Amino acid sequence: MTALLDIAGLTANYGDFQALFGVDLMLNAGETVAIIGANGAGKTTLMRGITGIVRGRGKMELDGTSIASLSAPEVLMAGIAMVPEGRKLFPSLTVEENLLIGAHARKVAGPWNLNAIYDLFPILKERRNSPGTALSGGQQQMVAIGRALMSNPRVLLCDEISLGLAPVIIRDIYAAVPKIKASGASMIVVEQDIGQALKIADRVYCMMEGRVTLTGTPATLSRQAIHDAYFGVSA
Amino acid sequence: MIWLDTLVQGILLGGLYALFAAGLSLVFGIMRLVNLAHGDLIVLGAYLILGVMHVTGLHPFVAVLIAAPVMFGLGWLLQTHVLNRVLGDDILPPLLVTFGLSVVIQNGLLESFSANSQKLTAGAIEAQSVQLGPISMGVMPLLTLASAVGVIFLLNQLFYRTALGRAFRATSDDATTAQLMGISPSRVFAMATGIALVVATVAAMYLGTRANFDPSIGPARLLYAFEAVIIGGLGSLWGTLAGGIVIGVAQALGAAVNPEWQILSGHIAFVLVLLLRPRGLFPRAND
Repeated sequence: MTALLDIAGLTANYGDFQALFGVDLMLNAGETVAIIGANGAGKTTLMRGITGIVRGRGKMELDGTSIASLSAPEVLMAGIAMVPEGRKLFPSLTVEENLLIGAHARKVAGPWNLNAIYDLFPILKERRNSPGTALSGGQQQMVAIGRALMSNPRVLLCDEISLGLAPVIIRDIYAAVPKIKASGASMIVVEQDIGQALKIADRVYCMMEGRVTLTGTPATLSRQAIHDAYFGVSA
Repeated sequence: MIWLDTLVQGILLGGLYALFAAGLSLVFGIMRLVNLAHGDLIVLGAYLILGVMHVTGLHPFVAVLIAAPVMFGLGWLLQTHVLNRVLGDDILPPLLVTFGLSVVIQNGLLESFSANSQKLTAGAIEAQSVQLGPISMGVMPLLTLASAVGVIFLLNQLFYRTALGRAFRATSDDATTAQLMGISPSRVFAMATGIALVVATVAAMYLGTRANFDPSIGPARLLYAFEAVIIGGLGSLWGTLAGGIVIGVAQALGAAVNPEWQILSGHIAFVLVLLLRPRGLFPRAND
């Protein structure tokens, strides 16, 4: 079986600083993959490399077609949408406009439209005319997820969607993940919260210092192995 | 009564300044670019209308319809091939490039059309006026103000009611995240500059029908436009209209006191507004 997203030997730099060292990652259709790791492990750079915001070198294929040389708008058009770290809502746009801009360029038929997003997160319908940035952190995260879904992506990348949110809000946000999976989207979820990541993922990648240090399914990975890979403790 | 008449004439003049400024305001609002060649591009638009009138014999009101798409194309190409290359965190390169562009346009027009003054002749309408009680208003100044209100209304509709406007605002907020929405900032900027030059062409028509123009008058038009944008509040289109009117009224009042004070009065109004409201009359909340 060919992977939906196939990344091999990906390297990326910020100027002279090398942030990724030959990362291999595979995402199969319908699968949810979690990437865990401490701050500075390279998780966000990997996301930015996939979306073309950071120019990486290496193999990156979506459904067998190379996306390595595509610009960020072209990657979105190919079917990869991202919920960026820190939500990054557009302050000049209302909640509804923030959602609509998600489908500005990629208009494809699919399960996600404005009504489907409002069904997923009903609070957003009530707040649809508020400025996006006037919402609480959790609600802003819902807008950011909805905005990415509006393009009906084949692959949804979620970068630290629980960061800075209260546990009860995180639970609400993650309650949406099974519904997103059920809609057919494959997901890569970057998380620092190991417990949360293990709960939703089919497979887990652990990163440290720009390298993948451990992969496996939640069932086969021991807490100790994850702990060691996460903090770089040698076995 | 003379003061009321002066006030009305000032408001009408403000319409012209608002037209000068609307394109500048649009471009600044979207890409934080101060286009120092904006005044010269307006003058270029006036020469283009003049050229169309010479070749086709059309009235300026019709010739502008041919000139506007050409100016849109010019704006698109200018942004794509020149300005997008210098936009970035450093604001100096675009300032230098547009300053250079200003010099190039002025000298290009001087070579092509000489320093002789030109005028766009609109016929009998130039002398027509409307009497409203004791106040007489020229039809052309009235049309200028109506066009300014119309242009700014349409730009606002575009900005806040269309998908393109959403893309403009999103790109202005955060160009990197806009790319994740499939939006190409360079294309959005090219579209914005194209639209700004369409507005500049409308301004050029009223500039050319109101008074004589020659290749050297661009920088002064830029100054009025710049002052109108700053008075109104950076990035606010209705503020730009208000800013144009403030300068127009100040100039008219100054001229009524002493004709030599006309231009100076506008600049004094600009300084006063800056002193009292440094962010302009209608600053955008998130600037």
